[in-house]
Amino acid sequence: MGLEQKLGNMGVVTTTLETAINWGRTNAMWPMLFGLACCAIEMISTVMPQNDLSRFGMELMRASPRQSDLMIVAGRVSRKMAPVLRRLYDQMPDPKWVIAMGDCASCGGIFNNYAIVQGVDEVVPVDVYVAGCPPRPEALLYGILTLHEKVKRETMKDWA
Amino acid sequence: MTHAEKTVAALKEKFGDVIEQVIHFRGETSVGVRPEGVIEVLRFLKESPDLRYTFLANLTAFDDWPEEPRFNVIYQLREMSLPADFRVQVRVHGDAPELPTATGVYLNANWHEREVYDMFGLTFTGHPDLRRILMPSDWQGHPLRKDYPLGYEEVEFTFNFKEIEKKKPYAKE
Amino acid sequence: MTAEAEHQLLEATVDELKHLFSPRAETGETMVLNMGPQHPSTHGVLRMIVELDGEIVVSAVPDVGYLHTGIEKNMEAKTYLKALTMTDRIDYLNTMGNNLVYCLAIEKLMDVKVPPRAQVIRVILAELQRIASHLVWLGTHSADLASQSVLFYCFREREKVMDIAEMISGQRMMTSYIRPGGVWRDVPAGFEEAVRDFLNYLPPRLDEYEALLTHNPIWLDRTKGIGVIDGETALAWGLTGPSLRGSGVNFDLRKAMPYGGYEEYEFEVPLGHNGDVYDRYLVRMQEFRQSLRIVDQALKKLPKGPVITSDRKVAPPPRSELGTSMEAVIHHFKLWTEGFSAPKGEVYVAVESPRGELGVFLAGNGGPKPHRVHFRTPSFVNLQSLPLLSKDHYIADVVGIIGSIDIVLGDVDR
Repeated sequence: MGLEQKLGNMGVVTTTLETAINWGRTNAMWPMLFGLACCAIEMISTVMPQNDLSRFGMELMRASPRQSDLMIVAGRVSRKMAPVLRRLYDQMPDPKWVIAMGDCASCGGIFNNYAIVQGVDEVVPVDVYVAGCPPRPEALLYGILTLHEKVKRETMKDWA
Repeated sequence: MTHAEKTVAALKEKFGDVIEQVIHFRGETSVGVRPEGVIEVLRFLKESPDLRYTFLANLTAFDDWPEEPRFNVIYQLREMSLPADFRVQVRVHGDAPELPTATGVYLNANWHEREVYDMFGLTFTGHPDLRRILMPSDWQGHPLRKDYPLGYEEVEFTFNFKEIEKKKPYAKE
Repeated sequence: MTAEAEHQLLEATVDELKHLFSPRAETGETMVLNMGPQHPSTHGVLRMIVELDGEIVVSAVPDVGYLHTGIEKNMEAKTYLKALTMTDRIDYLNTMGNNLVYCLAIEKLMDVKVPPRAQVIRVILAELQRIASHLVWLGTHSADLASQSVLFYCFREREKVMDIAEMISGQRMMTSYIRPGGVWRDVPAGFEEAVRDFLNYLPPRLDEYEALLTHNPIWLDRTKGIGVIDGETALAWGLTGPSLRGSGVNFDLRKAMPYGGYEEYEFEVPLGHNGDVYDRYLVRMQEFRQSLRIVDQALKKLPKGPVITSDRKVAPPPRSELGTSMEAVIHHFKLWTEGFSAPKGEVYVAVESPRGELGVFLAGNGGPKPHRVHFRTPSFVNLQSLPLLSKDHYIADVVGIIGSIDIVLGDVDR
């Protein structure tokens, strides 16, 4: 944001502005449709009426990276898929966050072999890791809420 | 006479010189064939009016390294009306890993043979489109061979945490 | 990967695929388009390179391998029981079916008998898993083509099946409940009521979804006459499951080569006539009701007895015996440290998964780890026929065809 570069630190004006911006960012963070494997099914279950994700404003899963804020890497990332993942992450505009959902995205999971990237943080920087194989929809919701807490603590300098 | 016994008898009569062995295990019958005769055997099994094995259920391979001949290619055939299963095995030497393609006899052998090529390095001569299917196209090596390592990453415990953290690649931004 | 290396990789892929497209692509008369691994309606990471003449598909080439996990090689490094947990993740919509086929292969290789109560529980779980998988198929297929509301309804019903799975094993999806020799432990007290409630709950809902879709003019326009394949060609290309039965070929592994007690249940095998997307849809809708019929019969005849084989070389002894019997302690120790060993030999076992024929080729070598496990997965073989099915259709129909073959990318890439 150019505003942040120009304003600098103006004390109480910037802190209330930060709170307003972070409130706006958390209340309607649009996830990108990046379900790869089994965790994708639990991600779809999170959007479904039983565990409703649209109460957080996030039911709109955009397939295009240019229109989304949050990438939930749900599933195992193979070596063939890793350059594609990096490319999509680069195509997302700032501000962007990444949730590594499931054991395979966090650390390689039960697949410790030649074909799986051992943790998606080798490819993209991750903000929140959600454990589970696959994590329950409630666990994913808790991970998303943790991300919201993290975003609310951000300052203007983080995205300048 | 079961269908499998009829098949074995017909094969021994017509292809006696290419048949190496007959195995009966847990109610399944399989026949070992030498590599030069495998396509004729498959064509005979498919087109013969008494045998009619018209469906190829599975085509795979396994590796017996360091025993030679190391590759063992399996064709699982099925006769649809009874139904009855039959298996044809071919042993291929590691120095000359190639076999003629079965796509002329069974159309769905196409991707199965691509997978065997990708995972084991066995070339199928005459295949219309032999290239890697599961691994990236510039991958070196054939993963399911027994002399290919599993490629696992060492588990981080407290005693080796610092060494592994220095080497592990993390994405910065 | 740096940008130049990535650029080089894509160049190589286009060059080496030139022989798959018609000569018109070279001159630019037709356009070669990439429906990339990340796409809203390809049901996972499937990449398709389509050659288009305007909007009509001239050839469609699937490029798979974006989810390859090396499961078969990894299973060779683990004991038979530990490798069971990896089989859940192959076809992640039919988890109990994957466990079942792997356990049937081990039981055939080691010549182990399964007690009757365990067989009936396995049949109930396999059919409930078939219903859950078909619900996901119905939801995603109709969301791609006509209506997103059916997606929301189907996942609501699926929650009930996952509640049952959680009740017996503690896990919603990857249960690993079916073990070699039987099942892990006996079903808890509320199981029969929960399944009975589900049997009463689902049929009126199915009638609602059929009323929404079966005679809907939009649905008929988008599915009738699309992706037609006849029975002979389907068999030649190795299609199995509802995709084959939609073309009129009566081959269901539960009836033709019964396994695990299926010969004792009465059910019909629905068939289609034309082999188009609409017929495959009708076949699967009928399969819902036949699965409910099987579960009903199985619940009525659930016998009492042990749920795992008493062969202590394969199945662990109950914990109550560990305090009194020395042999039980030794068996427990051997099973947990080294695992049971299978004899040298090869077997092939196939079951009817919701997608087609799911087979396991298991080769043992006398040791505790499998020598070779190969999964003959239905989606891998069914996907081969996609270029044939989608020739001369509009590109929007390709989405419907992929949905009707019902592929799961974990199945394709393993």
